[in-house]
Amino acid sequence: MDAQLKEWIGRIHDAAKAGQQLRIRGGGSKDFYGLPSAGDVLDTTSWRGIVSYEPTELVVVARAGTPLAELEATLREKGQCLPFEPPHFGSGATVGGMVAAGLSGPRRSAVGAVRDYVLGVKMLDGNGELLAFGGQVMKNVAGYDVPRLMAGSLGTLGLMTEISLKVLPLPPAGMTLRFAMSETDALKKLNAWGGQPLPIAASVWHDGALTLRLAGAVAAVRAARQALGGEEVADAGAFWQSIREQTHPYFAGEKVSAAALWRLSVASVAPPICCSGPTLIEWGGALRWLRGDQGAEQVRNLAASAGGHATLFRGEDALKTAAGAFHPLSPVLAKIHRNLKQAFDPAGVFNRGRMYPEF
Amino acid sequence: MAFANDVRFAVNRSATLERLREILPPHLLLVEEEELRPYECDGLTAYRALPMFVVLPETESQVAEILRACYALGTPVVPRGAATGLSGGAMPHEDGVVMSLAKFKKILRIDPVSRTAIVQPGVRNLAVSEAAAPHGLYYAPDPSSQIACTIGGNVAENSGGVHCLKYGLTVHNVLKVRGFTIEGEAVEFGADALDSAGLDLLALINGSEGLLAVITEVTVKLTPKPELAQVVLAYFDDVQKAGNAVADVIAAGIIPGGLEMMDKPATHAVEPYVKAGYDLDAEAVLLCESDGTPIEVAEEIERMKAVLEKSGATSLVVSQSEAERLRFWAGRKAAFPAVGRITPDYLCMDGTIPRKRLAEMLEAIADLGAKYGLRCANVFHAGDGNLHPLIMYDANQPGELERATAFGGEILELSVKLGGTVTGEHGVGVEKIDVMAAQFTPAEIAAFHRLKAAFDGKGLLNPGKGIPTLARCREYTQTRGAAAVTPPPRF
Repeated sequence: MDAQLKEWIGRIHDAAKAGQQLRIRGGGSKDFYGLPSAGDVLDTTSWRGIVSYEPTELVVVARAGTPLAELEATLREKGQCLPFEPPHFGSGATVGGMVAAGLSGPRRSAVGAVRDYVLGVKMLDGNGELLAFGGQVMKNVAGYDVPRLMAGSLGTLGLMTEISLKVLPLPPAGMTLRFAMSETDALKKLNAWGGQPLPIAASVWHDGALTLRLAGAVAAVRAARQALGGEEVADAGAFWQSIREQTHPYFAGEKVSAAALWRLSVASVAPPICCSGPTLIEWGGALRWLRGDQGAEQVRNLAASAGGHATLFRGEDALKTAAGAFHPLSPVLAKIHRNLKQAFDPAGVFNRGRMYPEF
Repeated sequence: MAFANDVRFAVNRSATLERLREILPPHLLLVEEEELRPYECDGLTAYRALPMFVVLPETESQVAEILRACYALGTPVVPRGAATGLSGGAMPHEDGVVMSLAKFKKILRIDPVSRTAIVQPGVRNLAVSEAAAPHGLYYAPDPSSQIACTIGGNVAENSGGVHCLKYGLTVHNVLKVRGFTIEGEAVEFGADALDSAGLDLLALINGSEGLLAVITEVTVKLTPKPELAQVVLAYFDDVQKAGNAVADVIAAGIIPGGLEMMDKPATHAVEPYVKAGYDLDAEAVLLCESDGTPIEVAEEIERMKAVLEKSGATSLVVSQSEAERLRFWAGRKAAFPAVGRITPDYLCMDGTIPRKRLAEMLEAIADLGAKYGLRCANVFHAGDGNLHPLIMYDANQPGELERATAFGGEILELSVKLGGTVTGEHGVGVEKIDVMAAQFTPAEIAAFHRLKAAFDGKGLLNPGKGIPTLARCREYTQTRGAAAVTPPPRF
């Protein structure tokens, strides 16, 4: 076994014995996400590199500390990509952090999320045991689907060391259209278009404008452009990048950056969610961002009645500690969560309190 | 053949019966042997067991009460859908109760605006697409058994189908699962939204083979039906060339709507049954589908034809009408029953391997066929490397089932060695429980058991299935020898 893995196993054993905690960290680009977590930092960035990549298999395997930018550049060379466009939120973003955070970008509603592309993980559990689940084939139902469970688990179940991902070819053609439209009309349109075989890859509604990205075969994009109308937006790459990385003025503007940012994942057909602050809508209506100082309970009730849940995505630590970063779980789900934590990390070594205070 | 389930329970039969009689009217509780007999196996008919009782709840509150009663009494429960599964996942436990969800067969809602359907678990897969069709929508996962198999079972097995390379597996097409824990508590995994708070338990429920919860309601995503679909039949004079052509198509940046393969024994079994019009002289046929707008399809079909020709296809036939396309697919989808007509019995394997190893695997299967003296027809979900070798045997000939089982076991061990898995979509059930030890280390198996215990602390839901006991793993290792069972690096 590699010396680095041995060292980590030693640290896990020591921490478990001493009742101490470890905080798994890649590039630290998503430190803001979730609740502040206790423990000594376990830095994964030295455990890097693409282990295997075979474009004809549509599979890439990388160590957890591999820079996400490096992985994406490698795929791009072969005309492939991570279709779910994971946000980096900083130059240090790693592949392990991407899976642990489980966040997907603008194309998510069209192509699926991180979890849909995770095929396998190797991990160290809380006993310091090296385990491998899944693999590098598209279809695999041997044993429980632990690899997908790891997506979005925020490092609470173990230390991922290696990840196997499905990749796809880059779409041959793309185009961005813009429509002046109210929020209500945009939601109606997006849901209606969603029921048609149109190559819609991403959407953003903000401040009276609906921006739509088409991606697919040349002929399909051309036909959709004819059918949909709207204004063609030239050089839209920077716009989509600003949504993916939250550098768009809605997210990063000086005036708003002090207010809390809520992420509401809801049914795409939910009507406009009334809040005091400005909103930005992605994923065909299924993702609503809210800015403002309204009470956590109010936002969570709004999200729940819209068929979903609300995350306090960015906000002061004090507010997060008071309100929780993530939507409260039903008692039965909370029990399963505690049991799963116990199953993978019985001594509570990893990322304590990062997702929910009780584990 | 009896399956020796090594997870046994000391169950109080009369106390269980008494409680069930309190909960259910007599017609929903089967007790007599002749009533129980039809439930003794699922689609894997080689293994059978008689359950203690069968319950057929009609309401969620009956499901909850039955589970609470069984939990309190320590009586195992085996959930069952349409029992089309091919791995014995719904085979009864002789100390336990079979809970059939057959009465849960309502489509509760088709919502064309949100593109979702809410259905009970006993709704047939194809019925969802039929109900959605007037809205130009369909449910994408299409396992070959789709006329009979039900959504609850699809979730439990994470079923695939012939279009999942492009449209995903069940796990990619389910938004929410409502069900009950073994303790009888109502639980919802997932949401009407694209994700939900906390750990992704919905991902765990898909493919959990009835070991974690009982499913009573499923919300699935509906997909807009493409304007047009056309399929190319590409014939080859050599199965390995066909195997390599699959990798060539993907390498060209094409993700076909479906990419399937059949070898000569398979087409010969299918043709008299379905009359799909396949060329029976070819050693293998690939079915390569394109879907989208008419111009898009025309362009892609040309690209596909060019690649397939270069890969050595001896002839290419493109479907010229929807009826013809469906006929070409009907042959592929009927492969299992067609083989069932030409042999008294068959075992269907389900290994998945990296696509580039297809040709190698085909050669190995041919050699194994000679070694065991059994015929084998091969149908593959070639696009995702999922193989369904159909090993033909006659259970009435002494020793044939054992030879067929050994033949299948070697194919699965080889699947793992080639970097794949013992099951792509049919599940472990009882059929592949031993060979799990070829894919997972004892530490990984132990982790799976701990995960199960997080949902079902007493181990009462579908016990002895899916994950082998560590004792079973040891026995397998001792019988097969360490060389066959040391899990190689899977990635």
